[in-house]
Amino acid sequence: MTTRMRLAISRPTKGSSGKTGSWRVFRPVVDKEKCNACGICAMLCPEAAIDEELEVDLEYCKGCGICAHECPKSAISMKREEK
Amino acid sequence: MTEIPTEEYILKCTSACAGCSDTLTLRYVLKAAGPDMVLVVPACCTSVIQGAYPNTAMNVPVYNVAFAAAAACASGMSAAFQAAGRKTRVIVYAGDGGTVDIGIQSLSGAFERGTDFLYICYDNEAYGNTGMQRSGSTPAGARTTTTPAGKVQTKKDLDGIVAAHNPPYMATACAAYPRDLFKKVEKALSIRGPKFIHVLAPCPPGWRFSSEKSVEMGKLAVKTGMWILYEREQGKVTISGPSKAAMIKPLPLEEYLAPQGRFKGIDAASVALLKAQAEKTAKRLLREEEGTC
Ligand SMILES: Cc1ncc(C[n+]2csc(CCOP(=O)(O)OP(=O)(O)O)c2C)c(N)n1
Ligand code: SF4
Ligand code: SF4
Ligand code: SF4
Ligand SMILES: [Mg+2]
Repeated sequence: MTTRMRLAISRPTKGSSGKTGSWRVFRPVVDKEKCNACGICAMLCPEAAIDEELEVDLEYCKGCGICAHECPKSAISMKREEK
Repeated sequence: MTEIPTEEYILKCTSACAGCSDTLTLRYVLKAAGPDMVLVVPACCTSVIQGAYPNTAMNVPVYNVAFAAAAACASGMSAAFQAAGRKTRVIVYAGDGGTVDIGIQSLSGAFERGTDFLYICYDNEAYGNTGMQRSGSTPAGARTTTTPAGKVQTKKDLDGIVAAHNPPYMATACAAYPRDLFKKVEKALSIRGPKFIHVLAPCPPGWRFSSEKSVEMGKLAVKTGMWILYEREQGKVTISGPSKAAMIKPLPLEEYLAPQGRFKGIDAASVALLKAQAEKTAKRLLREEEGTC
């Protein structure tokens, strides 16, 4: 084994902390009628869980609610997850 | 300004708490720096949320290093890249505890030597990763796990200390203003020598507010004048747009304090102290901007 291989080097991996969507208590639901596609929600999501088409990646969205709280059109509502 | 790139350098998702501003800050720092960079990260929330060996959410090289050594380590890296003729950007990304308390001597050394690197301190105003103990950056009156009755001392003037090293570029930013943050990181990286950016990063569990209010809390910090956004280029101060607007008619400080559990029951003397400090900093920066001090 080379020295470099023996070092504790972590490799970039999607889902390295699991499917964080399972943390969610409330899920963001976008009302496309009210949305004007300003992109503020996607810009402010810490997790980059909202893509360019403004689709929320529910596999990873943690349900923090920033997107809903900051949406200038109040187009996002946080709905309780069914357990 | 160039458009903010759509590339993401943090793979979904880190283990950060929901609504974490450290994560939001890092997202834009990495976008501004691009792939040819190395992050130097001492122990802090960031070093934990990277993920556990053998996996990491970070899609850029990250070097984890002891608290006191971050800027020293960056100095060595920067010199090595220079010797190899590489333009790889070296960025230290450290918490407030790791900067204002533990890492300050190596930070000072690197700035004195003129190391070509960018030092970013994301400031959640306590030792977040170990359970929110007070740091030198915790503001007066804030309850932490080691100041259950509210901190007696005031927040250390880290920016004043860095400014005394006369770096070619330094700035403050806030996670709630990602465009402003992105621009500042981009500008800093276009300049040679030691650069510094101090980013206020509201922390939902640490400051005791609910996760959806992270961005709102950052904006309130700026709008009440508790946090002032500015740049200092070759010593010349420019107050940034959002703070310029806020200085004309600041919101009452109470609007920032009231939603945060860490300020619950804060006494009038501490509020007065915070107010006086904010006003003093604003006045000093305005005078510096005008060039009258
Ligand atoms: C020398 C040393 N002392 C203490 C620790 C334990 N420790 C790990 S992270 C941390 C808190 C760091 O606080 P800060 O720099 O503000 O970053 P945050 O966790 O708030 O992101 C501490 C005390 C350590 N890793 N090394
Ligand atoms: S912030 Fe609101 S209006 Fe803007 S894109 Fe998102 S959902 Fe649509
Ligand atoms: S709830 Fe939070 S994590 Fe989920 S999409 Fe909105 S901002 Fe992103
Ligand atoms: S404690 Fe605060 S800074 Fe640390 S991961 Fe959680 S929200 Fe982020
Ligand atoms: Mg901290």
